[in-house]
Amino acid sequence: MGIVSPGFQGRPRRGDTRLPPGQYLTEGFPVLSAGPTPRIPTDRWEFVITTETGQEYRWSWADLMALPSETPTVDIHCVTKWSKLGTIWQGVSLDTLFTEVDSAADFALVHSYGGYTTNLPLEDLLDGQAWIAYRYEGEALAPEHGGPARLLVPHLYFWKSAKWVRGIQLLLTDEPGFWETAGYHNYGDPWREQRYQGD
Amino acid sequence: MRGRLIWRVARLVERREETPTARTLLFQVPGWPGHLAGQHIDIRLTAADGYSTQRSYSLAAPPDEDRVELTVQQVPDGEVSPYLTQVLGIGDPVEIRGPVGGWFVWRPTATEPVLLVAGGSGIVPLMAMVRARQAAGSRIPFRLIYSVRTPQEIYYAAELRRGAPGLDVTYLYTRVAPEEVTRPPGRISVYDVNTHGWPAEFEPTCYVCGPTGFVETVADILVALGHDPRRIKTERFGPTGG
Repeated sequence: MGIVSPGFQGRPRRGDTRLPPGQYLTEGFPVLSAGPTPRIPTDRWEFVITTETGQEYRWSWADLMALPSETPTVDIHCVTKWSKLGTIWQGVSLDTLFTEVDSAADFALVHSYGGYTTNLPLEDLLDGQAWIAYRYEGEALAPEHGGPARLLVPHLYFWKSAKWVRGIQLLLTDEPGFWETAGYHNYGDPWREQRYQGD
Repeated sequence: MRGRLIWRVARLVERREETPTARTLLFQVPGWPGHLAGQHIDIRLTAADGYSTQRSYSLAAPPDEDRVELTVQQVPDGEVSPYLTQVLGIGDPVEIRGPVGGWFVWRPTATEPVLLVAGGSGIVPLMAMVRARQAAGSRIPFRLIYSVRTPQEIYYAAELRRGAPGLDVTYLYTRVAPEEVTRPPGRISVYDVNTHGWPAEFEPTCYVCGPTGFVETVADILVALGHDPRRIKTERFGPTGG
């Protein structure tokens, strides 16, 4: 237990088992971004998976829309401490996009329009754990929340769910992304409270 | 790679009133490793029954040995901010760890001109940059555009009024303006940023901090005025009920 701050009571305990340590619930949908919001028209949007040998797999917006989609309901956890429960998304499972991809890589570096990057093990993107999401709560995903499409990897802190996603680079060795280079945790499991390097 | 960020016991040394609803808190944190202007800290409060909760706050000033300064806006019905602004007593402990964040920072070694655009309590990390510039004796030209609802809501009013050579401060009032101000109260516009910011050709580094809608607007304006998006650094304060 930490040092007690005299007179601090806090909110009534909800005992919500869906809330990871150090997180609190929010009803809003706060935005965390390092720079301006890029605007990407869907007719110029594309998504590319590049393997460690340089082979590329490309999808246009129309290609993405033609793929079967899923509507996951997931809890999301931001490293800045807010969590939002039961959010509803629509998008294409990365399992679908990776069906034909031939790779021996263990690591992924995700690239966004605007230059943002984030890294994660490839296995965290597969087996029903990640989507390219383009609708949120029944509406087209707003630009400030990463529209037209963002990565959705809800089991990790939300900075891993790269907004304005444009591609995934497969790598044989791990390469830290934007926040991971700036002192945040390389993996970012909210249930182990892996916020910063060394956590 | 640096070591783990550990929780340190911080004791309140001083609390100052910035506005009717905002307080600056000065903590003594033995062993504090230092920080850069623009970085933030995590604060953890623990109740007598073991319940604890955390929040992030921007640092308001460059490090002064083992002292760190925050300015906290009291959020109505907030879990943490009313405790920090009203209940926590001088000498009482909280836990702090940090510093956190290596992107939204200004280093005294930087040579580019700087534009700071603050919306409301978004002034806090930008004031740390103003103070870091002063502390370093830097001559880098700074412009600060500070949007507030009313004159009563200006943080650090006396210090900003004293000013500093090479620091230009412009206030934009969104609800109520002082009589001598000719600009009608209103939200920040292209005109305001174009008039009081730097031309894009000067290649300034731009720091924008405030509520999400404000930051989105200002960042879009800066891009439209020709600033390189890579030189526009943003930090958003969401309505997170702190």
